[in-house]
Amino acid sequence: MMISDKPARPDKQVAIQVERPWLEAWNMFKKNRAAVAGLIILSSIIMISLLGPLAFPADPFAGAGPLLSPPGERGFLLGTDQQGRDILVGLLYGSQSTLMVGAAAAAITITIGILVGALAGYYRGWVEEVLLRITEFFQVLPPLLLAMVVVLLFSPSIVTISLAIGIVSWTSTARLVRAEFLRIRELDFVKAERAIGSRNARIIWTIILPNAAPPLIVSAALSVGVAILFEAGLAFLQLSDPNVMSWGYLISVNRPQILEAWWPVTFPGLAIFITVLSVSLIGDGLNDAFNPKLRQR
Amino acid sequence: MTALLEVNGLSVEFDLKDGTVSRVINDLNFSLTAGQTLGIVGESGCGKSMTALAIMGLVPMPPGRVADGVIALAGEDLLGASESRRREVRGNDVSMIFQEPMTSLNPVYTIGDQIGETVRLHQGLSRRDARERAVDMLRAVSIPAPEKRVDEYPHQLSGGMRQRVMIAMALACQPQVLIADEPTTALDVTVQAQIFDLLKELQEQTSSAIILITHDMGAIAEMAQRVVVMYAGRKVEEALVDEMLTNPKHPYTRGLIACVPHLEAKPSEERKVLTEIPGVVPSVAELGRGGCPFAPRCAEAMDRCHDEMPPEIIAAHDHKVACWMHVMAP
Amino acid sequence: MNLPIAIARRVGYALILLLAVLVLNFTLLHLAPGDIAETIVGESGGASKEMLAKIRKDYGLDLPFHEQLLNYLDRVAQGDFGHSLFFDQPVTELIFEKLVPTLLLVISSLFIAIVFGTFLGVFAARRPSGLLSQLITVLALLGYALPVFWTGIMLVILFASLIPIFPTSGMDSGPLGASGVGYIWEVLHHMTLPVVTLSTIYLAFYSRLSRASMMDVLGADYIRTARAKGLSEQIVIFKHALRNAVLPVVTFAGLQFGALFSGAVLVENVFSWPGLGTLAFESILRRDTPTLLGILFFSALVVIIANLLTDLAYRLIDPRIKTGAKA
Repeated sequence: MMISDKPARPDKQVAIQVERPWLEAWNMFKKNRAAVAGLIILSSIIMISLLGPLAFPADPFAGAGPLLSPPGERGFLLGTDQQGRDILVGLLYGSQSTLMVGAAAAAITITIGILVGALAGYYRGWVEEVLLRITEFFQVLPPLLLAMVVVLLFSPSIVTISLAIGIVSWTSTARLVRAEFLRIRELDFVKAERAIGSRNARIIWTIILPNAAPPLIVSAALSVGVAILFEAGLAFLQLSDPNVMSWGYLISVNRPQILEAWWPVTFPGLAIFITVLSVSLIGDGLNDAFNPKLRQR
Repeated sequence: MTALLEVNGLSVEFDLKDGTVSRVINDLNFSLTAGQTLGIVGESGCGKSMTALAIMGLVPMPPGRVADGVIALAGEDLLGASESRRREVRGNDVSMIFQEPMTSLNPVYTIGDQIGETVRLHQGLSRRDARERAVDMLRAVSIPAPEKRVDEYPHQLSGGMRQRVMIAMALACQPQVLIADEPTTALDVTVQAQIFDLLKELQEQTSSAIILITHDMGAIAEMAQRVVVMYAGRKVEEALVDEMLTNPKHPYTRGLIACVPHLEAKPSEERKVLTEIPGVVPSVAELGRGGCPFAPRCAEAMDRCHDEMPPEIIAAHDHKVACWMHVMAP
Repeated sequence: MNLPIAIARRVGYALILLLAVLVLNFTLLHLAPGDIAETIVGESGGASKEMLAKIRKDYGLDLPFHEQLLNYLDRVAQGDFGHSLFFDQPVTELIFEKLVPTLLLVISSLFIAIVFGTFLGVFAARRPSGLLSQLITVLALLGYALPVFWTGIMLVILFASLIPIFPTSGMDSGPLGASGVGYIWEVLHHMTLPVVTLSTIYLAFYSRLSRASMMDVLGADYIRTARAKGLSEQIVIFKHALRNAVLPVVTFAGLQFGALFSGAVLVENVFSWPGLGTLAFESILRRDTPTLLGILFFSALVVIIANLLTDLAYRLIDPRIKTGAKA
């Protein structure tokens, strides 16, 4: 159709995009108001988690007032929980471990996903067959149940929780990486690299992987959100590290009293929601920035 | 002879993303008589396909719209007709086959179902009768073992076979006008000839009029009686095919003919190599300036060509052209 | 073409997957610190080393890993998934009791999410920048970012005290409840909030997915062909476009069944729904490993069956998949 038939002459904009894709993506990202808002919110949360405990030195586990004091009363902005602990202090101190579990679990997810996906997509043949079967195997197991089993058997701590989340959620990353590798390995610059006899490891890690980065970054951002939700879900099932304050821990200990006191569960949940929302807005923004053509969606 | 289909002053506009409006078809006139084959020729992007969609009433709206003009079928104004009347006409009185047989059939329904759907819709045939008609149509387009093929899915057929199915589908209701938009471009050369033979044969049987849209002057020479040359949304020349091939007036037409070596009446001695027309069709965004749209690519362009749009003049008997060269020296 | 062969291959493959789940189960159990003997002894209040050794011998825990594994598989083959120490009941019996409520919850949520999600997506695709389309974008964001148990808790708070029109706990009204048709109504009434909670996330997801897929399909050449036949817009959309547009929805329904199960575990616990999720939580509290591993196995089984069914559905919808190719 006429509309799509553009003249085949070199276009300045296209040239910029090819030469400086990251700058182009950043410029696109900046224009996306929702994504910028997400970035600002997430940065603030990270700042608060780092500076909050310094500004309000306190023991988050210590009772600070009457039990289940409603928000706004007796100087407790967000109220106290069933052991008289200040919810606001709990949120401030809990943010660090929640963010840490989110980041660590996402890092594990992405690492396993890249390893499996890259090897399957690059080597094809029996390697791919075996790795795909393993991926399918992990897709058959309900992720939360498997994580529950792992955390229960090896007792809940920040490390086991991060590991468990990483182990159960890498499959979609692996599929994504494999698809990217299958596509990129057929491109001319990869073929050229192979023709001059480069080692496979070099082609995989320094030639193909950087070119698969854009969708991977988006996927990594989204896995951070998934991991935070996961940690909260495990905590809701009483599987959280009892020695470390986290948002999930606040939910798990205060859950039995929800009908008498809504605030000790509501505020941590809200904090989780806002954090995951900001991560997801950033992810969407990155996605749009890397795929300008899909922006209509 | 009265015209079966008349297109008068047709203009189609598209809203562009930056808020401007672009005319992709500009003041287009032509007519078609029953049983005739009219060729519309031009490079891709010249508005041929959009003309076909406008006749079908399938211009994507928004962002497009038919801004002006009349399209009349046997005296009935189609542009003013209701949407339900237009649907009655589509596929029944006027039908269309498309360029891409590989993707123009729905992958999840059998070809019998897709052919039968048209006759069930327009002629109220029962499911069983529609299936029989589908078998008949498949036989008519020379598909072997039609009783078996009727229950197959598009992915089980080759490209040439699929285009035959498209033709069977388009002709199932014996339309008065068949629009064939680049029907053979996506096919092998040998299959192309078969499809053209088939179209000619079927036209003799049904006396449908055909509008053949193509970029290939060779196809026009083989199929059409009359030809309209379009460039950048405008008609630049119109004549009977023999006249056009022997006596082309517009530099663009000459270029198109020169692209197909055996068509040239008197190949010049000094030029044995294939020619091409330099440059490309201007994009919709670049149009709208004054002057002949072909001027930037025209070897014979004069000052005036860049500033003023040439009017359409009668250059010879039944031969119209829009070019300043012929206004000055008719 | 060779549908039976393709199905047979899929089933054979599913059996191998199940075997793998069992091996994983056993390995996890074996790797974990502590063993059944200590658990039993712990329950009965501490005991001597001799007693531990005797229990280990009785349970075959002193055998090498592969022999223990074979014993385990042998027991499983006879339908014995062990004995729940806490509930004092065979694990299989416990699980079968709870499987039906979970399936009821999961399947109705998935059904609602797919049917409504697809319809929303189809209508939104016609106006990509319209109000409905924007609503779907927002819903999808919320569906992704809201912790599902938290949404459930908010609904419980809302409906338990403020607007008590739906029950917030359990599956029926207990022994004093109705029977027959009245019982079905009672269950439906109790189901409302859990199903709403669980389906909302996926509703948003499927409407977004089907919107994207529908927008792709509406640009396809065969849709132009259908319009050129003079078909009405309804037939173009619901006959020619929809069947092609649901293919990714079907694929994802299969892929997501496991995730849906995970969501169900949380939702069941919020609404005290008497299913596998609640059972799983109770076995966590009691450190009842055999039960938890049994639940893991049976939910994997359900996911595998669901995948087989989606595979079959895909073949029915899309005639192009006829060989043994995997979905």
